[in-house]
Amino acid sequence: MSLTILEVERIARLARLEVTPAEVEISCQQLNGIFSLIEALKAVDTAGIEPMAHAQDACLRLRADEVIYRDEDGTARALFQSLAPEAENGLYLVPKVIE
Amino acid sequence: MIHSDLKTLSRALKEKQISSVELARLFLERIARLNPELNAFITVDEEKTLVAAKAADLRLASGSAGMLTGIPLAQKDLFCAQGWRTTCGSKMLENFVSPYDAAVVTKLEHEAGMVSLGKVNMDEFAMGSSNETSWFGAVKNPWDKTCVSGGSSGGSAAAVAAYLAPVATGSDSGGSIRQPAAFCGLSGIKPTYGVVSRYGMVAFASSLDQGGVIAHSAEDCAFVLAAMAGFDERDSTSLERPPEDYSRLLGQPLQGLKIGLPQEFFGAGANAEVVAAVLSAVEEYKRLGAKIVDVTLPNSHLSVPVYYVIAPAEASSNLSRFDGLRYGYRAPDCNDLREAYTKSRAQGFGAEVKRRILIGTYVLSHGYYDAYYLKAQRVRRLIADDFRRAFQKCDVILGPTSPTTAFKIGERSADLVALYLSDIYTIAVNLAGLPGLSIPCGFDSNGLPIGLQLIGNYFAEARLLNVAHRYQEATDWHTRRPQEFCGEF
Amino acid sequence: MNAWEIVIGLETHAQLATRSKIFSGASTAFGAAANTQASPIDLALPGVLPVLNKGAVECAIRFGLAVEATVAEKSVFERKNYFYPDLPKGYQISQFELPIVQGGHLNIMVGQGEKSYEKRIRLTRAHLEEDAGKSLHEDFHGRSGIDLNRAGMALLEIVSEPDMRSAEEAVAYAKALHALVRWIGICDGNMQEGSFRCDANVSVRRPGASLGTRREIKNLNSFRYLKEAIEFETRWQIETLEDGGSFEQATVLFDPATGKTRAMRSKEDAHDYRYFPDPDLLPLFIAAEWIERERAALPELPVAKRQRFISDYGLSAYDAATLTASLEMADYFEATVRASNPAAAKLCANWVMVDLAARLKREDREISEAAVSAAQLGGLVARIADGTISNAIGKKVFDALWMGDGVNADEIIAKQGLKQITDSDAIEKLVNDALAANPGSVSEYRAGKEKAFNALVGQVMQAAKGKANPQQVSELLRQKLSTN
Repeated sequence: MSLTILEVERIARLARLEVTPAEVEISCQQLNGIFSLIEALKAVDTAGIEPMAHAQDACLRLRADEVIYRDEDGTARALFQSLAPEAENGLYLVPKVIE
Repeated sequence: MIHSDLKTLSRALKEKQISSVELARLFLERIARLNPELNAFITVDEEKTLVAAKAADLRLASGSAGMLTGIPLAQKDLFCAQGWRTTCGSKMLENFVSPYDAAVVTKLEHEAGMVSLGKVNMDEFAMGSSNETSWFGAVKNPWDKTCVSGGSSGGSAAAVAAYLAPVATGSDSGGSIRQPAAFCGLSGIKPTYGVVSRYGMVAFASSLDQGGVIAHSAEDCAFVLAAMAGFDERDSTSLERPPEDYSRLLGQPLQGLKIGLPQEFFGAGANAEVVAAVLSAVEEYKRLGAKIVDVTLPNSHLSVPVYYVIAPAEASSNLSRFDGLRYGYRAPDCNDLREAYTKSRAQGFGAEVKRRILIGTYVLSHGYYDAYYLKAQRVRRLIADDFRRAFQKCDVILGPTSPTTAFKIGERSADLVALYLSDIYTIAVNLAGLPGLSIPCGFDSNGLPIGLQLIGNYFAEARLLNVAHRYQEATDWHTRRPQEFCGEF
Repeated sequence: MNAWEIVIGLETHAQLATRSKIFSGASTAFGAAANTQASPIDLALPGVLPVLNKGAVECAIRFGLAVEATVAEKSVFERKNYFYPDLPKGYQISQFELPIVQGGHLNIMVGQGEKSYEKRIRLTRAHLEEDAGKSLHEDFHGRSGIDLNRAGMALLEIVSEPDMRSAEEAVAYAKALHALVRWIGICDGNMQEGSFRCDANVSVRRPGASLGTRREIKNLNSFRYLKEAIEFETRWQIETLEDGGSFEQATVLFDPATGKTRAMRSKEDAHDYRYFPDPDLLPLFIAAEWIERERAALPELPVAKRQRFISDYGLSAYDAATLTASLEMADYFEATVRASNPAAAKLCANWVMVDLAARLKREDREISEAAVSAAQLGGLVARIADGTISNAIGKKVFDALWMGDGVNADEIIAKQGLKQITDSDAIEKLVNDALAANPGSVSEYRAGKEKAFNALVGQVMQAAKGKANPQQVSELLRQKLSTN
């Protein structure tokens, strides 16, 4: 298999990564190199093998439905928003969302 | 004092031979002097360190101190520590001061009373095997400054090897503790997946990531692991198990221990000097009473391809939160939302991170999911099953940690596939979720350390640490110091 | 013309009535200051992890039982990856391949009275997921504001099969579902606050043809909008097709101001959500015992109650359906019956469905805000049933009760002297007076004009201030008119 320039552009768009044409070119080569390694999987017979999504076969633990996070006075909010590129009146500000 | 093991440091602190503040100052002074040569630390904050050391001294004075109280450590820069800049080696988080503590920070610093000397360098978002992908530059190997320190916990290993810290935390998703430990002549353990809480440890590949320790000896690893491990209800993959004293088996004889040698780990890929050193360690184990059995891990050669599907897939999703909206880098002059995303991420992430995001996005995308992601998950199970079968025949599996010793900085950056393949012996352990450790077992002709990997069955950390410890009682590889940094103290 | 069949399926998001969010311990209370209920987990700070709220799972199990679905022994949380400012992680934790509730159905009553019919709508699935935050598009110097208080609220997304054939059916389904989630206490149903919102998948086809291209109308948060949006959309689709045009599968928004739908996203930017099992969350296993515990804790469900109302009280299917439209209504009705007597159940039903409902509607009140309690209404119905007052006087008593003129019907009847006149001498006198005073009506009646009879009854009742027993009055009148 071989990734095309178009596919690299498509996944870069999906991943929200700006790429220059030169970068696409290089990425395309590099990714194809990596995929040549990954292609080894194709030859493996995995019929009837359950996919392994987690390192252990355990079941999910649940937490009680309790409110344990409180920030009525906005102290934590102020701390968190001090990290934000832009925030105002308790809101995170982002470049206009155009629908 | 700086060369002392943790037991000795603990005794010295309790017996008031030295205070925690004095001890911290010793290391801070070395960091100030030597770090510029090594680039092991990203962030040092003397004031914060000394405040913590003072608090430790109070605990020591009041008699409420534990074994590790007052002992300094270096934190890998992916553990969020409140008030500390936590960068993950990325421009994206260059100015991110964490507003909260990771579970590991809470346990080691607030509960055990260890004193953080600062945050150590790492491959960007833990993606790399050489520490060369860090936005803050490569870390140099204290044994040879033209060589890499390994990765991704390269800063942790370099800091400990050069005695800038007695011990450091690390994280290991495909060998990121064991390989740098091997490259720097240290002991490093990655426990069973789920033993150390991942809460507050910035995620790379969630189903593979596991926190652990790099230290000078297996014994030191055991003490620190005991303090950082344990059930955490904030991590859904944390295992509900009673607290464990990982040093409890230290010193037990190895008589009758069955050590499995997987033929696949001694094949053509491994450097001859590395194989020779590992095989002489096998001889040592025989002398210690262990029995050697042959085992096979027939699918282990597939671990690198599986890893480069699963880890990027999880990473591509884990790193979506870095969008420059709520924290982290935002590119200047963005005209609209799309630009804010694409420019901030393009400028904030380095090349390797972006490469893995692209791979991960691709293997999860429509039409490729079954062929790559699901396929890799199935092969992952085959790899885990290999270990299950092997552990029916042996107690621990032994082999080299890495096919080679530390390579030159820049040497492999052009050949990604070769770089990826250098993790061939460590990755399978993460895929299976097993505990693994690396200890030094010799040096190559260039004077670079060689690492020996021991892999245990699930939850066999204590036994694994004893197997390493007995070897370290019988040998002195782990006490060798890099000439340039062995220190004048 | 009109040879089009409309096909509608609904995806409904019910915000679950949990105290804390689905994966974090932040509060779900409505109306807090922006971002003060956005914990590090909801903000997706680096390194934070989700832990599933047991309460949300309980809600899903209850729903599954209420719609007779399969509650999955194993279900899996997956990540739905896309970028949006109100989605802090860059992915939404949802369920995809293995949802918690599989299958099921809802029986709905469509239409009014005589023309009403029952229909079974099949459910595809219902799955747990987290809500997104809110983007505020007011102008903040060319910026949008993001409030993440809602981010991470527990949602149950309920997906129906494309079983509905008209906007009316879609609304009836949405109402039945709305009533059910409130009935079993898993959602407050507050549509204004967005606790219950629908996406409608709409397509049209020639009868017997395969499904046409569908367009999805997003985020309809009132039954009226749901109806208007579907009506507009189906008209638009039919007109487009009849004009020889075509359209692509799309997501559309409904603008209540114009009553129109418009396409939201172009196909070029089609989403590729890259679902995969969330490595931070292990598979969810639900033991059979847990399901049984939830089953035992469920209230009597609408369908069962409906059946019981028909068999125990002799109500019609339509009346039973109307009275079980909500748990509050059903409870009110039964309390009314208890306060009167079981024999008067049909009368109670009429009073609740007609008089009470009209009054509530006029004053725009919920049944929980009714000024006449079920006990008061039951007392009133009892007096009608035992002949103390007529149905017409009953309305007067009801008004008086509503206005708070008395604590119960008996007090008002006594105070206002509304007790029905049943004394035959008194009634005979009233009848005789009416006949004497209205000779014209008498002769008209005798000439065969039935209407004149009603006029005479009216005269008697007027003279009696409505209190004479109408039946006795009619009987006596007829008797006298035929004999004299």
